Amino acid sequence: MHTRYKILLLDDDADWLSLCCELLGNSLPSKPEILTANTARRALTLLETEQIRLLICDLRMPRIDGLQMLAIVRRRFPELRTIALSGLEDEEFRSRAYALGVDLFWLKGEMQRNSKLFVECLESLLGRDTGAGFRGIQSKSLMDIIQMECLSRSSTVLRITRGPLIAKLWVQEGELIDAETDGARGEPAFQRLLAWRTGTFENLPAEPNRSRTIFKPINALLLESAQSMDEEATSGDPEKLESTNHRKTIWKLSQLTREGADFIVAVPTDGKGEPEALGTQSVSSLTHLTQKANELALRLGERLEAGPLLHVAGQNVERQVLMLARGDRAFLVGWPTDASGNLAEKSRKLVASWDS
Amino acid sequence: MGFIKNIFNRWFGHAPTVRELPSGSVTVDLEGSIVTSTVSSSFPQSILRQVGQDVVALFREARAAQMPLAEVSLQFGSLLITARELRGGAVIFLFPQTALMPRPNENRL
Repeated sequence: MHTRYKILLLDDDADWLSLCCELLGNSLPSKPEILTANTARRALTLLETEQIRLLICDLRMPRIDGLQMLAIVRRRFPELRTIALSGLEDEEFRSRAYALGVDLFWLKGEMQRNSKLFVECLESLLGRDTGAGFRGIQSKSLMDIIQMECLSRSSTVLRITRGPLIAKLWVQEGELIDAETDGARGEPAFQRLLAWRTGTFENLPAEPNRSRTIFKPINALLLESAQSMDEEATSGDPEKLESTNHRKTIWKLSQLTREGADFIVAVPTDGKGEPEALGTQSVSSLTHLTQKANELALRLGERLEAGPLLHVAGQNVERQVLMLARGDRAFLVGWPTDASGNLAEKSRKLVASWDS
Repeated sequence: MGFIKNIFNRWFGHAPTVRELPSGSVTVDLEGSIVTSTVSSSFPQSILRQVGQDVVALFREARAAQMPLAEVSLQFGSLLITARELRGGAVIFLFPQTALMPRPNENRL
């Protein structure tokens, strides 16, 4: 007998709830029953009393917000599938939601623009049988994950996120056919991607019509990559080292140009080590400014108990600058005044790709 | 009751207090001393003075690095400080960032 699943929608916005109800009720092929709740308390009561298969939860809500709700749900209803919705394109929200074990993170705007894909993902989550497959992968490298997908001869798109950096791998019937990250495509993109040590991944529906750019078998690619990483790590050859450094500088410059930034300065926060800079001659004065701005902001944040420092931004008639800390370094990124888009996000992306 | 309260205070000390984040605007002079303020008077003035001094110092450091800034903003997890340099000091705005509060336009720094 065909099971009619139940979906619970949780959002404090009544208009949004009715819109979602209409969208999902009309477009999902399995015709699930849609329940709604406008508070976390009401949602928890429904979860206790009804056999809910999937929870779609907004992240920004009063009192108990979405992240708190997801943490409670993960503990109390481990079998429940969860989708986190957010109106804000924020990588931090995405990472935190995935860290809480949600099955899918989706932007509200994207849901409206790309409703077909959203419905497909939702249907796939609903249909996933409880008996087959495990969820949650920890302490596995990207190589392991790709090998698993290829060995199981599956067709999927792996979307891998590392901070603000996003990459995609297209797997078709167990063969890697394409890769894309940060302007690179094919084998170079795949090699770059393998250098990522941490990140989150999600499975998107397969795209069988994707044109093929990678023709080597996956094992050969992984072997080549492992060999080159090994050679770079053990090589003491100064010529090879110089060539590697040169390649890195070219890559960083291309990133800087592609994003449209004027300059970037990377300064060790502990004062040990040399600062690195691209696109500027005023290295020492900007290094000093970066260090001072970082110190001042950290001290201020501590005094005010205002939480972690996200960034310091400044502008004048000629330029906009943004200072942010990552690991043991503080970065100052300069942008022209007419630079468009979310500069904080773009700077974060630039800084994240600095060492990759 | 008073007796029990005394015992508990002696054993566990006083409960930690939660300080509200400052909200409002402050005008400071070139030394960072407060000229006018709309921040609640319950917020410690010494910390507010420190905010003024640090912001003025930030403008000074930027000028010393040959990059004078007209406006700076410091984004923390739960507080946004924006400041604009004036001829005789700076005006500073403090916005607590809560889940219910809309975020400022991120396209503009």
